[in-house]
Amino acid sequence: MNWTAIAAIYRNEMVRFFRTLGQSFLSPVISTSLYFVVFGAAIGSRIEEVDGVPYGAFIVPGLIMLSVMTQGMTNASFGIYFPKFLGSIYEVLSAPVNFLEIVIGYVGAAATKALFIGVMILATSALFVELTIAHPLAMVLFLVLTSVSFSLTGFIIGIWARNFEQLQLIPLLVVTPLVFLGGSFYSISMLPSFWQTVTLFNPVVYLISGFRWAFFGHADVPVVLSLLAIAGFTCACVVFVAWIFRTGWRLRD
Amino acid sequence: MTSILSIKDLRKTYHGGFEALRGATLDIREGEILALLGPNGAGKTTLISTVCGITKLTSGSVSVGGFDIQSDYRAARSLIGLVPQELTLEPFETVFNTVRLSRGLFGKRRNDALLESVLKKLSLWDKRNSQIRELSGGMKRRVLIAKALSHEPRLLFLDEPTAGVDVELRKDMWDVVADLRNSGVTVILTTHYIEEAEAMADRIAVIAKGEILLVEDKDHLMRQMGQKELEVQLTASLDAVPDALSAYDLQLGAEGRSLIYTYDTRAERTGITALLNDVAAAGLTLADVQTRQSSLEDIFVTLVNDARPQEAAQ
Repeated sequence: MNWTAIAAIYRNEMVRFFRTLGQSFLSPVISTSLYFVVFGAAIGSRIEEVDGVPYGAFIVPGLIMLSVMTQGMTNASFGIYFPKFLGSIYEVLSAPVNFLEIVIGYVGAAATKALFIGVMILATSALFVELTIAHPLAMVLFLVLTSVSFSLTGFIIGIWARNFEQLQLIPLLVVTPLVFLGGSFYSISMLPSFWQTVTLFNPVVYLISGFRWAFFGHADVPVVLSLLAIAGFTCACVVFVAWIFRTGWRLRD
Repeated sequence: MTSILSIKDLRKTYHGGFEALRGATLDIREGEILALLGPNGAGKTTLISTVCGITKLTSGSVSVGGFDIQSDYRAARSLIGLVPQELTLEPFETVFNTVRLSRGLFGKRRNDALLESVLKKLSLWDKRNSQIRELSGGMKRRVLIAKALSHEPRLLFLDEPTAGVDVELRKDMWDVVADLRNSGVTVILTTHYIEEAEAMADRIAVIAKGEILLVEDKDHLMRQMGQKELEVQLTASLDAVPDALSAYDLQLGAEGRSLIYTYDTRAERTGITALLNDVAAAGLTLADVQTRQSSLEDIFVTLVNDARPQEAAQ
C-alpha cells in the first residue's frame, strides 16, 4: 500500500475543509438549532414522547444521520468531481497508486468531515435537550459505517456526474427523500400498517433505526438487520468502485 | 544508449471508434530531448496520456525504464513526470501545497528542501504561499512543471509547455528544459513551435494520424532533408525566366528582379557554377547572390503533406 499517497490525498482534501472551517462549523450548528426550534419547540411541544423518549431527544439521532449522510455524500462527490471538472484528475490517474489507495484518501477525508459534522450536531443538540447514549460503542460504529458508506456513494456519484447538475441530482431527488421518509423525525410505528411495510423497503430506515437504538435502546427493526444492511451497502459500494477503476468507467478513456 | 521509453505497435481506439494511435513505435534514449511534432489531432496527447496511464491502450506495449506500464505500473509511473497541455490546477490551493501533493502522490516522503530548490529554480519560491488563482498564466505553467518535477522523475513529458506563453517566458522555459537535460532527465516535448524543437531537441519525431512518420537526429534530419535556395538578384527586372535557363527549373522572384534556384545539399553537384555561368551567358547582370536553408518547419510541412496523399490512397 502506498500510504504516503493516501496521506497526501487525505491531507489535500482536509485542507479544503479547513479553508472553509467557519462555514463548516457554523452551518451544522445553525441548521441544528433551527431544527430544534421548529421540530423540538413548535411541533415537539404537541408530541410529548415517542417510544418513551421526549420528542426533542428522539429526533437527535435522525438529525445526526441526516447530516452525516448528506455531508458524506456531498463532500465525497465534490472531492472527486472537482478535479475531474478542472482536469487536475490527471495527476491522480498518472500516479503510482491503485484504486483502493485513491478511495481511502478521498472517501476517508469525506467521512472524516461527515463525522466532524455529526459530532458538532451531537454537541449542539446537548445544548437543547437532555441526551443519554445507551450504547456508545455501537453509536460510534453506526456513525463511522454510515459516514463511510455514504461517502462511498458520493464518490461514485462524483465519478458518474458529467456536470454540476448531475452532481446534485441523486442527493436531491433520491437520497434526501429517502432520509426524510426513513424515520429521521418519527418512528415508523407511527405510520399506518401499509406505509410501515412500504417504508421497510427504504434502506435508510435500517440505518436510522440502528443508530437510534444506540441512543435509546429502542429500534424499529432488529439491530442485527441494521448492521447487516449497512455492511452490505458498504460492500456493494466498494465492489462498484473497484469495477469503476478496473474498467476506467468515466475516468479513463 | 539504453532506452528509457519503449513503445511498440501502440494502438488506441476510442469508444466512438476513432483510431487515435495506429501502431505507433518509438524508442527514447535516456538523457535526450525528443521533440514530438505533429498537426492538431495527430495523436501526440493520446500517446502521452497512454504512456502515463491516463488513457487505456487498445493494443501494443509500452515500457518505461524496463517496466511494463500495465503489469508493473507502479514502477513505470514512478519514473514519469507529466506537464499537461491545459492549466489544470485547483485555483484555491497554494503553490507549495499543490507541489507537495504531487510528491506525496508518487509515494515520496516529504522533502521541503527539495521542493524549495525546485520552486527556486522555477522562480516560484516567492509565490509559494500564493493561491494558484493569483498567478499569471506563465507562472501556472511553471507550477505544473514544479509539480511534475517534485518526485524527481527520470522521464518528463512536456505537452506543449509554451502554448500561450510570451516570448521572454518561452526562452526561460527553454533554459529550464536545458537544465533538466543537464541533470540527466529525459525530456519528451510536444510543441507547435518548430523553432522550439529546433532550439532544444536532440531528436525529432513526427507523428500524423496516429503514426510515427519519422524519428531522426535533428541535425541529421536538417542536413538530410534540408534544401537550399539560391537567389540570384539581377540589376534589371525580367518578365519571364529566359529560355536559355529553362533547364534549371528556376522561379522568378519579386518584381522579376531575381531568379530563385532550389538545390539539394546532398547532391554530388549542386549545379550552382553552371547556373551562374549560364546566367552570365544569357546576358544578365548579377546584383547580388544569397542562399537560404530550409527550416525544420519546411521539413515538417513536407513530411505531413507527403503522408496525406498516402492516407487518401488508402
